[in-house]
Amino acid sequence: MAQAAHTLNSSKPLGHGHNVKRHTGLMDWLTTVDHKKIAILYLWAGGLFFGIGGIEALLIRWQLIKPMNNFLDAQTFNELITMHGTTMIFLGVMPIIFALMNAVIPLQIGARDVAFPFLNALGFWTFLFGGILLNLSWIMGGAPDAGWTSYTPLSTSTYSTTHGVDFYTIGLQIAGLGTLIGGINFLATIITMRAPGMTYMRMPMFAWTTFITSAIILFAFPAVTVGLVLLTFDRILGANFFEVGAGGNPVLWQHIFWIFGHPEVYILILPAFGIISEVIPTFSRKRLFGYSSMVFATILIAFLGFMVWAHHMFTTGLGPVANALFSVSTMLIAVPTGIKIFNWLFTMWGGQVRFTTPNLFAAGFIPTFTMGGVTGVMLASAPADFQFHDTYFVVAHFHYVIVGGLVLGLFAGLHYWWPKMFGRMLSEKLGKWTFWTFIIGFHLTFFVQHFLGLMGMQRRVFTYLPNQQFDLLNLVSTIGAGLMSVGMIIFLVNIYLTSRRPADAANDPWEDGRTLEWTIPSPPPEYNFKQTPLIRGIDAFWKEKMAGNKGMTPAEPVGSIHMPSATILPFTMSVGIFIAGLGFMFSRDDFGNAFMSFMFNNYIVTAIGLIITFGSMLLRSLYDDHGWHIEPEELEGSERT
Amino acid sequence: MTTAHAEASKEEFPHEPEKATLEGRNKVLAFWLFLGGEAVLFGTLFATFLALRNQTNEGPSANELFHLPLVAAATFILLVSSLTSVFAIQAMHRNRPAVLRNWLLVTVALGLGFLILEIYEFTQYVRHEDFGMTTSAFSSAFYTLVGFHGAHVAFGIAWIAILIGQLMRKGLTVVTAPKVYVSAMYWHFIDVVWVFIFTVVYLLGKVG
Repeated sequence: MAQAAHTLNSSKPLGHGHNVKRHTGLMDWLTTVDHKKIAILYLWAGGLFFGIGGIEALLIRWQLIKPMNNFLDAQTFNELITMHGTTMIFLGVMPIIFALMNAVIPLQIGARDVAFPFLNALGFWTFLFGGILLNLSWIMGGAPDAGWTSYTPLSTSTYSTTHGVDFYTIGLQIAGLGTLIGGINFLATIITMRAPGMTYMRMPMFAWTTFITSAIILFAFPAVTVGLVLLTFDRILGANFFEVGAGGNPVLWQHIFWIFGHPEVYILILPAFGIISEVIPTFSRKRLFGYSSMVFATILIAFLGFMVWAHHMFTTGLGPVANALFSVSTMLIAVPTGIKIFNWLFTMWGGQVRFTTPNLFAAGFIPTFTMGGVTGVMLASAPADFQFHDTYFVVAHFHYVIVGGLVLGLFAGLHYWWPKMFGRMLSEKLGKWTFWTFIIGFHLTFFVQHFLGLMGMQRRVFTYLPNQQFDLLNLVSTIGAGLMSVGMIIFLVNIYLTSRRPADAANDPWEDGRTLEWTIPSPPPEYNFKQTPLIRGIDAFWKEKMAGNKGMTPAEPVGSIHMPSATILPFTMSVGIFIAGLGFMFSRDDFGNAFMSFMFNNYIVTAIGLIITFGSMLLRSLYDDHGWHIEPEELEGSERT
Repeated sequence: MTTAHAEASKEEFPHEPEKATLEGRNKVLAFWLFLGGEAVLFGTLFATFLALRNQTNEGPSANELFHLPLVAAATFILLVSSLTSVFAIQAMHRNRPAVLRNWLLVTVALGLGFLILEIYEFTQYVRHEDFGMTTSAFSSAFYTLVGFHGAHVAFGIAWIAILIGQLMRKGLTVVTAPKVYVSAMYWHFIDVVWVFIFTVVYLLGKVG
C-alpha cells in the first residue's frame, strides 16, 4: 500500500539523483538513516554503556564482598550505585531494546524503513550525546551521587554540591529526548507502514509489544522531562520547587519521578515479552498460544502501569487509603502477566521444542521472571512493604525482573536475530556456555539478596558490620557477579570469533522462521523487500511454508524504490544540544579564567549550542530531501531462499 | 510506483494537500502523537503548579499579583490568532496561496502581540512586584508553567514565519502543505494550553 503513494510528490520535478552521494567509512555511520545501520549503532553504543554499567556493578560487589571493606569510600560508592542504575536503565538496556526494534520491526511488518528515517537517526544521536554527557561527570568533578531516583532534597544543591546531579538532569534530559523521538517514530511506523494484509491482529508479538512500549514512552517520558527541568531550575536558577524553606515540596519529585518511573519498567519488560513470544513459537514449531490474549494482556499491563506509581512511595506517608488503592492496582498487574506466563508454557507444551541458544534464554526467562513477579506481588502489599522497603529484598526483586527478565530476553533476541543483523550465526556452543554461566551467576548474585533483605540489610549502604550473618551471603553474591561477567566475556568472545567468519547465514537460518524478516537475505539489502509482500495471515512466512510456497506472494510489481538521503544534520543537532547542555550546566561557575567565565556565565556557550541545533533544524526545513531511487536493474537479482 | 512527477496543475491539486502523500500523512499522524506527549508535559506542569500555587513564601500571592484586563487582552489576541490560522488552512484547502500567506502573517503578528504582552507582564512582576523565579515555590511554578507556554509561542512564531518564507519561495505544494498544516495543529494546541493557563493560573488565582 504505502510505498506506492510516493507518486504525488511535488509540483516540482524531483531530483532523481542516481548520482546520489554515497558516504563510506566513518561518514557513512555518521550520516546513515538506514534503520538497519542505526540498529547496529544502537547496539554498539548501548553495549558500551552496558559494559560501563557492568564494571560499576562489579566495583559495588567488590566493595561489599566482606564487612567493613575499605576498597571504596562512601562518596565513590554513592556515585557508583547512582551511575550503575542510571547507566544500565537509560543508556544500556533501552538502547539495546531500540537496537532490536530498529533491526527487526520494519522487517516484521514488511516495510522498507521506519516512517521517519531522519528522526530515527536523530533519536540515536541525542541518546548517545546525552549518555556521553552523563558519563563525562566521572572526569569533570564527580558523578551524580543521589541514587538513580535522585530523590529530593538529597539531590538539591544544598546536599549535593558537586555538578554530579546536573550531569544527571541534563544528560538524562538529552537522552530522554532521543527516546521520545524513537517512540513516536515506531508508533507512526507501525500504524502506517504495515505491508498489505498485515492487519493489527496479524502483527508478530514483538511488533505489538514495540507498539505498546512506544505508546508508554510517549506518555511517560514527558513527565520525567518536566521533573528534570524542575530539578535543573532548582539547582541552577535557584527555583524553589523542592525547597521546603521557600514553600517547595520534596514529595512532588517522588510523584513525578514515579509517574514516569513505573511505566518505565514496563517500557523495559514489554519488549522482552515480545522477544520471548517470537523465540518460543519458532523453536516449538507451534504458533503462539493465545495470541489475542497476549495482545490484550500487553495493552492491559501498559494501562495498569500508569496506575501504580505510588507503590514506590508506601512509606512516604500518603495514608492508608492511597496505599490500599495502589496496593490493589499493583496486584492486578499480576493477572495479565500470569496470562503471558501460561501462554508461553502452553506454546511449548506439545511442541517440537529445540533448545537452541535463543530458546535456552527464553526458557530460562520464564521461571526467573516469574520469581521476580512473585516478589513484586509481595512488595505490593503495603504493610509488608514497610518491612521490605529500602532493603536488599527490593534490590533482589528488581534485578530479577530487569536482569532475569529483560536481559535474558535481550540475550535471547540478540542470539536469535544476530544472523539477520550481521549475516553470521553466533556459535551455538559458546552461546550455551554464555547461558549457563550467566544464569547460574545471576541466581547466585541475586537469590541470596532476598534473604539479605529479609534479614535487614539495607540497600545503598557502602559497608556493613560483621556478625550480622550478612558476610557469607554477600560473598556468595559477589562470586555470582563474577560468574555473570564470565558469561558476558564469553558472549563478547563469541561476537569476536563470529565476526571473523564469512557472512553466509541463510535467509531463514533457524529453518523454522515464522515471520517476514526470515523471507529476505541476511543481512537484508538496503531496501529490505524487493517487492512488498502480501500478508495472508498471522505468522505470514510460516503460513506460506505450510501452503508449500517458497516465499511470500508479492503485493506489487518490481519497480524503482524510493530511498531517503543520508544526512549529517541529526548528528549536528545532537552536538548542538550537547554543547548547550554543558554550557547551561556551568553557567554559574567561577572558572578563575576571564575568558572561560565570560563564555559560560553569559550563556554564550549555551547560545552557540542552540544556534547549531536550531540552525540544523532550519536547514532541514529549508532544503527538501527528495531522496533517491534504486532502479529495478540495480536490485539484487536472485534472492537466496 | 513511478508515475511521472508531473507538475500538479490547479485541477489536480488535492483538496487536502497535507494528506496527499505518505510523508504528509505520516507527518500529521506523528504530530498528533507528539501533541499527546506535549499534553502530558503540560499536564505535569499544571499538576506542579496546582500543588504549589499557595506556597507564596511571604512573597506576592496570585490575588495580589495578577491584573486580569492585561491577561484578558492577551487571551483574546491568542484566541483570535487560532481563528486566523483556521482561515489559513481553509485557504490552503481551496488552493489559494496568497490568502494562505496573508492569514499566516496575521497569525504571526497576533502571536507576537501576545508574546509582547507576556514579556511586559513578566517584567512588571520582576521590576515592580519583587516577584522573580527565586521568590517562592509559587513563583517558580508560575514562571515555569507560563514560561514554557511562552517559549512554545515564540517557537511557533519563528516556525510559521519560516514557513511563510518557504511558501513564497517554493509555492504551495504537497511538500509544503503538511508543514503548514502541522504548524497550525501546533498553534491550536498552544492556544488550548493557554485556555487552561488562563483558567487555572489567572482566574483561580483571583478567586481562590
